[in-house]
Amino acid sequence: MSAIAFPAPDNTIIVRRDEIIAGLARLVEPECLVTGDDEMRPFETDALTAYRRMPLAVVLPRSTQEVSAVLRYCHDAGVNVIPRGAGTSLAGGAIPQEDAVVIGISKLNKVLDFNIANRTITVEAGITNLAVSAAVAPEGFFYAPDPSSQLACTIGGNIGMNSGGAHCLKYGVTSNNVLGVKVVLIDGTIIDLGGDAMDVPGLNLLGLMIGSEGQLGIVTEAILRIIPTAEGARPVLFGFDSSEDAGACVAAIIAAGIVPVAMEFMDKPAIEICEAFAKAGYPLDVEAMLIIEVEGSEAEIDASLARIVAIARQHGVRVVKESKSAIETAQIWKGRKSAFGATGRVADYICMDGTIPTGQLPYVLKRMSEIVAGYGLRVANVFHAGDGNLHPLILFNANDPTEQAKAESAGNDILKLCVEVGGCLTGEHGVGIEKRDLMGVQFNAADLNQQLRVRAAFDADWRLNPAKVFPLEGRTS
Amino acid sequence: MNAPAAPQSEDELAALIDKAVSDRAPLSIVGGRTRGSIGGRGNGAPLSTRALTGITLYEPAEMVISARAGTPLAEIESALATKGQMLPFEPMDHRALLGTTGTPTIGAIAAGNISGPRRVSIGAARDHLIGVRLVNGYGDIIKSGGRVMKNVTGLDLVKLSAGAFGTLGVLTEVTFKVLPRPETAMTLSLDGLSAQNAVSAMAEALATPFEISAAAHVSANASAPSLTFLRLEGFSESCTYRAERLSKHLDNFGTLRLLEIDEGTALWQRIRDAEDFAGSDFATVLRVHVAPSKAGAIVDIAHANKASIMLDWGGGLIWLGLAQGADASETIQRISEAGGHPMIVKSAVVTLPVLTPASPAIAALARKVKHAFDPHGIFNPGLLAGHI
Repeated sequence: MSAIAFPAPDNTIIVRRDEIIAGLARLVEPECLVTGDDEMRPFETDALTAYRRMPLAVVLPRSTQEVSAVLRYCHDAGVNVIPRGAGTSLAGGAIPQEDAVVIGISKLNKVLDFNIANRTITVEAGITNLAVSAAVAPEGFFYAPDPSSQLACTIGGNIGMNSGGAHCLKYGVTSNNVLGVKVVLIDGTIIDLGGDAMDVPGLNLLGLMIGSEGQLGIVTEAILRIIPTAEGARPVLFGFDSSEDAGACVAAIIAAGIVPVAMEFMDKPAIEICEAFAKAGYPLDVEAMLIIEVEGSEAEIDASLARIVAIARQHGVRVVKESKSAIETAQIWKGRKSAFGATGRVADYICMDGTIPTGQLPYVLKRMSEIVAGYGLRVANVFHAGDGNLHPLILFNANDPTEQAKAESAGNDILKLCVEVGGCLTGEHGVGIEKRDLMGVQFNAADLNQQLRVRAAFDADWRLNPAKVFPLEGRTS
Repeated sequence: MNAPAAPQSEDELAALIDKAVSDRAPLSIVGGRTRGSIGGRGNGAPLSTRALTGITLYEPAEMVISARAGTPLAEIESALATKGQMLPFEPMDHRALLGTTGTPTIGAIAAGNISGPRRVSIGAARDHLIGVRLVNGYGDIIKSGGRVMKNVTGLDLVKLSAGAFGTLGVLTEVTFKVLPRPETAMTLSLDGLSAQNAVSAMAEALATPFEISAAAHVSANASAPSLTFLRLEGFSESCTYRAERLSKHLDNFGTLRLLEIDEGTALWQRIRDAEDFAGSDFATVLRVHVAPSKAGAIVDIAHANKASIMLDWGGGLIWLGLAQGADASETIQRISEAGGHPMIVKSAVVTLPVLTPASPAIAALARKVKHAFDPHGIFNPGLLAGHI
């Protein structure tokens, strides 16, 4: 019951499987080459688990040079390649195919350099997002992008999808926090883009690489900008009787010249699900909740919060609950960051990721409820209110094939709505296979052709992550 | 010289480019003509965006502004100021340095990735550019990005356009993320530090949680001692608190002196616009992007060549002024060898390349990307030479 089409596997490749595996075995140590069905099982899908395909083979190189050798081999042998970080993509960005070799970067997980004077850390791309912050925490720094999957997801995957997180309202997304990358191109060429300096002159291929979803090359190292950790941070829960009030409060805070480090929204279904899981002290008798976090010294936090609370009162806030301890703070964020996992305990779901202009929030929330109800399903909403990046979770029963199809249709309708009101299909999860066939909703033929020509400058033969991002129809080569 | 063509609309511009493509007639894209030949010296027929003007969208509560490319920067900034907002990256105005007239335009800010002192804390112009429309070398009108700040839909041609100096296409409309203007700014000075010590002091300050918004060092000259400046911005009670904490933190570098607010405002404009390098004393002016840990080596090279220097971005941007007769070519080579990325902003010697060439592998790739936008090489031939 798959609505999203995969290209037919190339049998001329599949019949050469033994030869290809032998070729790869000459390039890496035996423990870096995975070919048994049971061992390859973890690689057949990512976090878009409704779709899965067994790859031809999986290679887990241990150096940039090995990535280069494997890519050159695949290029010369005419074999497709699926780059993979930790496999946490919600958009199917790492789902393989039967005729493709997965190149996983999980063994490339070292910190190479930590330079306090430059406020940078140089890492191999397979290191996890959280491990980067952990490495610099003893010196009082952190790495800003914080996707909910940060315990597992890799920096390479973050670069591929230009990941954001809850705190990017203040600190930006991945592309604002990367100074340089080492990339292996499809023919094995190794290049360094950007560098250890800010804004290295020349064509900004670094900016192009970030968010390119493994279509242009494989990133093996990155120079990341790190930020001094604030003296303190305190999240506050604000409960409202309506989503409209919560949305108006967010707009008023920004209009007052305050940019909190995070402003997260949850509706009643999401509050109930997350509270049942995390026992975070979320108010259960409200229709909408904001988690607003501010940073600084105790006195600065008090001063900022006083301004924010005054604005919230003008917008009919009914519950104001400040975190009183580090433990409460951790629970508040645990509740938010486990929203997807907690939802998965009560129902199957698909998570959408469109972004909308925040002024459209009340209208879009209303329309989303109508759309999902129209398919006879339910929706729970958690999202980054400050930047309009929505994460509606459409709940369904995966054992009922008609429900999965309905959920996917509802999701597509919601994404079209996001584009219609001036937003986009994906804010931080990427296009992957999930939204590939909706690209024509946001872009016209000239827009897409320009992107395809740029893609072809890197990979003319469509070897890298070939079934992703761009609609299968209308491809030129 | 004839007045440049100045199409009145995006469609008219696209038609003009169509014709230039059929004629294989190169174009040199100009905005307000305030930047002289930064980025390189183009040799096509001039094409101006100055008639493409007007703010097309401004939503203060969403912190986003869109404008046609030829809109004067001043118009953008005054619209933002009425709502207590600003372009966060504090774009430089080149007129004082280069002795040019004209009006800086918002499209050229995007095309040149023009940032100022706040870049070190909040990011560059390209970090805030979230949407573009452009006409490519097929005469097609292309859009990428949009008006929302989180967007990973398709390849990021927005970031690619920022700093491309118009070599990929003519920007017709740009959209920037903006920020609230800080309630107050406080500038603190450490007096008499060597450039090397200033880099250390700025690095220490920038590693604190006290949110330094800008850090610069103005070197000694005949009339003034060297000064190192740190700027704090935000609510006034917060600035006062952070200034106190910072003073204690940096006491091994000397005593922090608080500047008057007006003095601070004028100072940061002078640093932003590299005003100290204006005039005829300097035959060559370079800007060098470098990791702060390598700034000391660049300073040594500057001193050996009797260059005047100013450091911004905590040492991540070094301005060098070379007098008539100094060997600019040799200085540039040594800076590159020391890990700096020099760019010529002003030069009496027109044969010097503006940028140090990229590696062959990167240049080959960049040329393919350029070809993907501009297969006939219509746009700004000669710019980003050695890179595309």
